[in-house]
Amino acid sequence: MIIGEQKPLKEICDILEGHHRILVAGCRSCVAICLAGGEKEVGILSESLRLHSDLAGKGWEIDEVTVERQCENEWVREIAPKIEGKDAVLSIACGVGAQTIQAMYPKVRSLPGLNTSNMGAPIEPGIFMERCGGCGDCVLHLTGGICPIVRCAKSLLNGPCGGSQNGKCEIGKETPCAWEEIYQSLKELGRLDLLEANIPPKDWTPSRSGGPRKIVRPEAVMSETERQLRGER
Amino acid sequence: MKADSNLERILTSGKFAVTAEIGPPRSASADLVRKKAEEMKGSADAFNLTDNQTAMSRMSSIACAVVLMQQGLEPVVQMTCRDRNRIAMQSDVLGASALGVLDILCLSGDHQSFGNMKEAKNVYDVDSIQELMILRKMRDEGKLWNGDELDVAPKLFLGAAANPFADPFEFRVTRLGKKAAAGADFVQTQSIYDMERFEKWMGLVRARGLHERVHILAGVMPLKSHKVALYMKNKVSGMIVPDAIVERMRNAKDPKEEGVLICVEQIDHLKSIEGVHGVHIMAVNWEEIVPRIVSEAGLTPRNRY
Amino acid sequence: MSQTKRIIAYCCEHGGMGAAERAAKEQSQFASDVVIISVECLGRVDLLHLLQAFREGADAVFVAGCLEKNCHHLYGNVEARKKVDQAKRVLDSLGLGGDRAEMFNLASNQGLEFKQSVDIMIGRVERLGPNPLGAKK
Repeated sequence: MIIGEQKPLKEICDILEGHHRILVAGCRSCVAICLAGGEKEVGILSESLRLHSDLAGKGWEIDEVTVERQCENEWVREIAPKIEGKDAVLSIACGVGAQTIQAMYPKVRSLPGLNTSNMGAPIEPGIFMERCGGCGDCVLHLTGGICPIVRCAKSLLNGPCGGSQNGKCEIGKETPCAWEEIYQSLKELGRLDLLEANIPPKDWTPSRSGGPRKIVRPEAVMSETERQLRGER
Repeated sequence: MKADSNLERILTSGKFAVTAEIGPPRSASADLVRKKAEEMKGSADAFNLTDNQTAMSRMSSIACAVVLMQQGLEPVVQMTCRDRNRIAMQSDVLGASALGVLDILCLSGDHQSFGNMKEAKNVYDVDSIQELMILRKMRDEGKLWNGDELDVAPKLFLGAAANPFADPFEFRVTRLGKKAAAGADFVQTQSIYDMERFEKWMGLVRARGLHERVHILAGVMPLKSHKVALYMKNKVSGMIVPDAIVERMRNAKDPKEEGVLICVEQIDHLKSIEGVHGVHIMAVNWEEIVPRIVSEAGLTPRNRY
Repeated sequence: MSQTKRIIAYCCEHGGMGAAERAAKEQSQFASDVVIISVECLGRVDLLHLLQAFREGADAVFVAGCLEKNCHHLYGNVEARKKVDQAKRVLDSLGLGGDRAEMFNLASNQGLEFKQSVDIMIGRVERLGPNPLGAKK
């Protein structure tokens, strides 16, 4: 899932400067799970903003809405009545949601209330760790199910660097060394042989480096004719 | 001969080699490099120039290498993967080679969070093993990684780093094997203080026959003070400093003398280990002590071979 | 002692209310500044309730529950502690002062400690000043 954290309250208040009728928009998906932008967080943030508005005499009108998934037009379309009359939307969904709202409502400024961070998982309640590097060319089968691109601070592909000690990365004692984890995993799987072969330089084209990525599922793409037949907009 | 460098000739002939390290200055003037070169001339067969060590911008390794060559010393250019992608890497190699550089050491490079510009974006397009593969292809096939032909192929003697003190221990010998397979002609190890662990590693290295595929230079670093010893022990990832050594430094009447003594003792012992083909002296912030250490270890004179 | 201070106290049915009732019975000069709201368990108190109280002009809000490991509902008081900590961070961000929110763990017979808790909060309000929103409500 996508993991993010709300921006500090002060920063959000600065970003909202100059606006008055504000819609705080959350999402029930990833950001709800990482306790950053779900319905509950929308409620708390909205109340905090009202408190700030009252204390600072800003005269803000804060409204609230939470959608199922803020990245999908079907759901973002439904909040049109809530957008009516607003001069800003403070989105606490991930960056995708904030951009979807802006695209659908180009006349109302979409502002980010959340810093989107990474693709990861909750490893225990309240703790979320980055897991997938989104490189577009997965090699988990070679590394015992552990992503070397993002769990290794240097994205090494041929084993740990000289800074790996006691299972920790050189960047800090709280960071596990991914290659130690890969080694232990392959050992458990009886596949240490996978570490003998040298992996050649990676093709980064399918990663972020290659430019904004577009993936097409032709079986789902609709032609103009199909659109008309279906009565789709 | 791959590059016919001084270092290569000495190692190939079976003589015990000595390399030392010089840290480039944070300056647009190469005066300090010339000064250190003069001080250290004749004390080693080749001199490593570090590459933005600990992720702090310093005069580039290649630029310093040119200065060294002007003074008659042989440089080993260190080239990390942190600050350059494969395009810049191959470009730097062509340039370095054109300027006379023969020895290049491939390494991953300290993470930028170590340095004074932590906000920088790192590169790590390739890792050190892939770097070896790329450089070897340039040398042996006369081609860039994508297959484009080079008008003139670089002559290179390729080095890599090895760390018997990092984890997982069992994998460290495999990693040396991978570097040998990728093209490493020689390796320099991380500074040795835990001789027992180093001997254990060498045993595994010999069992795999790796000591005959790649020249191993054992790394040593003279300790300047008790404080430095503690710092190395506690703050540097991938280094092991046994308590006995820390204690010696703590109790020493003259810590610097003790540091030199320990270093010379280590070198004496390392000379006797089968598979160790030389020593790499990293006198960080203390380069001027190298000539004395080499002399007391009975390794002078260092004539060009 | 200047103007009336508005202090809201959420008290759980067991430790909190028990201590509050003891305080009312035994402690003379029990502050009448306090509005006590009884809840079945402190786990019921939401961060939203705490923030709303300040919007409505409260100078301070505290929650009183059972001693750690003695929560009748096992971990309601543990949850409440985390919410109070969150409230403190929000109040600090807004410049109101995180010390206006607090949590006290009390046993049902700790009437004296309840009064002391109230006194602590009164002291904090005196130090931090009244909630600017109190005058308008």
